[in-house]
Amino acid sequence: MAWVNAIIQGILTGGLYALFACGLSLMFGVMKVVNLAHGDLAVIGAYVALGVITVTHIPALWSFVIVVPIMAVLGYALQRTLIQAALDRGVLITLLVTFGLSVVIESGLLQFINADSHSLGVGESIITGSFSIGSQIQLPYLLLLIFAVAVVVLLGLQYFLSLSRYGRMIRAVADDQEAAQLSGIDYRHVFGIAAAIAFGTVALAGIAYGMYSQFSPTTGTDTILLFAFAAVVIGGLGSLWGTLLGGIVLGVAQQIGAQINQADQVLAGYIVFLLVLALRPQGLTARRAQS
Amino acid sequence: MSSPKGRGGDWTPPLHANPPQGRGTSDEGRSRLEGGPEARSQQSEPLLEVRDLTVHHGQLRALDRVSLRVFPGEVYAIIGANGAGKSTLLRTIAGLHRPTDGAILYDGKDMTKIRPERRATGGIVMVPEGRRLFGSLTVEENLKVGATYARKGPWTIERVYEIFAWMKDRRTQRTAQLSGGEQQAVAIGRALVANPRVLLLDELSLGLAPVIVQRIYAMLPQILSTGLTVLLVEQDVSQALRVASHIQCLLEGHTTLEGRPSEVTAEQVEAAYFGLSQAAAEGSEALWHGSTPSSRAS
Repeated sequence: MAWVNAIIQGILTGGLYALFACGLSLMFGVMKVVNLAHGDLAVIGAYVALGVITVTHIPALWSFVIVVPIMAVLGYALQRTLIQAALDRGVLITLLVTFGLSVVIESGLLQFINADSHSLGVGESIITGSFSIGSQIQLPYLLLLIFAVAVVVLLGLQYFLSLSRYGRMIRAVADDQEAAQLSGIDYRHVFGIAAAIAFGTVALAGIAYGMYSQFSPTTGTDTILLFAFAAVVIGGLGSLWGTLLGGIVLGVAQQIGAQINQADQVLAGYIVFLLVLALRPQGLTARRAQS
Repeated sequence: MSSPKGRGGDWTPPLHANPPQGRGTSDEGRSRLEGGPEARSQQSEPLLEVRDLTVHHGQLRALDRVSLRVFPGEVYAIIGANGAGKSTLLRTIAGLHRPTDGAILYDGKDMTKIRPERRATGGIVMVPEGRRLFGSLTVEENLKVGATYARKGPWTIERVYEIFAWMKDRRTQRTAQLSGGEQQAVAIGRALVANPRVLLLDELSLGLAPVIVQRIYAMLPQILSTGLTVLLVEQDVSQALRVASHIQCLLEGHTTLEGRPSEVTAEQVEAAYFGLSQAAAEGSEALWHGSTPSSRAS
């Protein structure tokens, strides 16, 4: 029974990882930007949520209503300025620039806030509870909620990309920027929209992480970015549902590792990650375009 | 180019009228063009004008002070061998290359520094070399992308389905699954639904079987019947001579010959195309060098 519980916990944690990963996957799929600052942006989202909660006293659960739009605007602005400037100089430059951004964010947080760990307290609401099946299997409502949010976000993204006008433009630009320009599309604006969406999902991921666990200025690179990368690589680059599958595989591997030996939790995840890289480098799902 | 002036009003297309030549065979195609030059001399204002355009690819000078004037309703063909600068010229007009010198005027307004997407929404739309469809999108989605920022005009996705009858049944297929000729048709459709005033066609025949090329060029009269102006680049000289009302030959970035297809001899074209003999080159110099487009159009 303990094993079944581990697997179920792993699947649910996979939802959180998928939430981390889908923004990373979207930005790579559309703009070919490997955003090394992705994890730090999630941490920024968590800090912004902390600030919003402190100032307005709204429940942590509802902070996303304010944080997601803020991060989306930030995403559009960053894409149109810094990241676009890097893209104009070559795809490799974006690696350097986002790495630099990551360092700046981390140092900035350490400098102007502090190195303490924080979390987004959800208080004594029902969300802190869990329900049990038998004596061994426990399903925390928070993890269930995060998993549901991840599925809704992925469904929403899928729907948006395949059916909306902007979604179509995003896919067209991802296929061929120049041809999109010849159809009258300003690809830089479309990149901005895609970045806004990615940053919005990052904000959600940051808030979810802040409620689920503790974050500090360095959480972005030492945990979130690595898990997001692992989920994307395991699932397959550029595939949205692949990120959910990748997140789940990573989560399950970690929980099974923890079941064997608590210290092996993270290690088990990376072993699976390495195995996928070695045996199926294109990821578990076949490479498809954005959907 | 976002100014609404002259949108739709100045080129009323005979929408449902029979296309002038029906299925244009080569002869019919040519007979239409006899009308072109008259229009050329009467029209005082070119729709598209290129003045002394110089373009560099790094150190290489791809175009050297090339000029041209395209009048409304014309089919203007740029011919020349590989590397003559034809595609560079078209891509620069579409805005994909920055010229080092010279100017591009559209409807009398300077477009030289306008971004490519603004040129497209303004009415200069290119069918790029190698089709360049959105491979992960379906046929219909490709057309919808083309129509996203369309000007007002006669072309709709439905009308594209009318002239390419097979397309409607296969509209949910990804374009990556289509044959080269079919892809070219979709690329043309994608450009048409934007309702261009000037349609730039870059090497339609590239990589296609001759019979397919024939079929695609046979569509040209139907497309022209809606009042479009066409500037095309073609390596296949005989094809270009058949459809064009005006030709211009490039060689290593220079203009070597220019005129109506009926005015130029096969020898002149050959000499201009290959840059063959000194005598021929001088002959073409004497004929064409330094003459302004309007003085030619007597």
